[in-house]
Amino acid sequence: MTDVGSFKVKTGLAEMLKGGVIMDVTTPEQAIIAEEAGACAVMALERVPSDIRAEGGVARMADPSIIKNIMAVVSIPVMAKARIGHFVEARILEALGADYIDESEVLTPADDSYHINKHDFKVPFVCGCRNLGEALRRIGEGAAMIRTKGEPGTGNVVEAVRHMRTVMSEMRALTLMPQEELMTAAKDMGAPYDLVLYVAEHGKLPVVNFAAGGIATPADAALMMQLGVDGIFVGSGIFKSGDPKARAKAIVMATTHYKDAKLLAEISKDLGQPMSGIEISTLTESQRMQERGW
Amino acid sequence: MKKRVGVLALQGAFREHRQVLEKLGCDVTEVRRTSDLDGIQGLIIPGGESTTIGKLLRIDEIGERIKELGAKDMPIFGTCAGMILLSKTIVDSDQYRLNLMDTVVERNAFGRQVASFETDLQVPALGVNPLRAVFIRAPYLKEVAPNVGILAEYNGKIVFVRQGNLLASAFHPELTSDNRVHQYFLNMIDEH
Repeated sequence: MTDVGSFKVKTGLAEMLKGGVIMDVTTPEQAIIAEEAGACAVMALERVPSDIRAEGGVARMADPSIIKNIMAVVSIPVMAKARIGHFVEARILEALGADYIDESEVLTPADDSYHINKHDFKVPFVCGCRNLGEALRRIGEGAAMIRTKGEPGTGNVVEAVRHMRTVMSEMRALTLMPQEELMTAAKDMGAPYDLVLYVAEHGKLPVVNFAAGGIATPADAALMMQLGVDGIFVGSGIFKSGDPKARAKAIVMATTHYKDAKLLAEISKDLGQPMSGIEISTLTESQRMQERGW
Repeated sequence: MKKRVGVLALQGAFREHRQVLEKLGCDVTEVRRTSDLDGIQGLIIPGGESTTIGKLLRIDEIGERIKELGAKDMPIFGTCAGMILLSKTIVDSDQYRLNLMDTVVERNAFGRQVASFETDLQVPALGVNPLRAVFIRAPYLKEVAPNVGILAEYNGKIVFVRQGNLLASAFHPELTSDNRVHQYFLNMIDEH
């Protein structure tokens, strides 16, 4: 029997992206630079997170022609963002042939209580998380890939690190719990019980987990890989830097050779200015994109 | 003696191949640098993005060393992106390749991700039971030279082949629990 768009096929694409870098791009020219640098996929959008942050207003799904024009020039997978809960934007992206949909806190949420029922789609979804409960709720809704949220558009890796450490330590705690404590753990973290059981048994998420939100240097990428993520999303960090080509290539190399400090020293040389960053404590609560998601 | 098998670990689903090989009793080396190729008896090139892996193969001349080993009869098995990298001809692309198999490959030949699928394949070389095969933005072979043996087709498209010491599949045997394809590859190492 042939099965199109099964959960295995959805998670399978994420498995193929592992050890790779997914880069935010806003034009076909940027998409070509990303592919040339060795990106394993691109995220097609209208504005990168740091511009969304600077310009304010409501951030929505990109114009379909931006996504189509990018799909036309690269052979690697093209992802696109829909607003949290906006299942019609998601349907449009699916119809366009986007390879993955990011139901993303970078855009302005369309629903303040509910996320998209992602089981209902043939196209796979990736969603953000700050902790294990949030990751398992998204997987319960059908996400086939997870990314730690970090704080998008800041060029500051501290939140990505915090979210990854939180997820890892919460998973370790579950593996040590006796069976009778797991139901209460599921209740406390607001996570589906069957997925809590899965993590308690396997010590890992049932889907691939990438890092996102604040990665700006090859060393940032290698740091996240050493903390145990499967791959890297870079948003504003490449095309808001002084030399996008060199930096993109360096981040790809650092993600593969993340344990090789000598090579990382070579890779990190002469990359020009990184994007100028934002100290997280200067952001007000409403400016923190990571708070979006339920 | 345990067989020493390398899995190219530049990008993609290398961990899954490692797990299958370990289940089958192999000593597995993750290959990132040229020196990691020393002493292995066979190599798996996993699924991933063939353009990404191709760029990373240029670092440290690791791709050139794999070409030499393949030409010298070391068994190599490529899945999906690995099939693309092994082929001499890639339709409409000048991307880096290992240039070892006399095959013409078309990338993303079944369509974009929304068209990705799993199905039951008949593979006579693996016995009568069908093989569950997962195709993800998969390629297929448009043409093969007479010296390339066809092990499986899907709807008339060539998706699994062997050419001497080289094996290539358009699908992902590392994503299912059926280990027959990996066992077939290990038998190739034994014959070698």
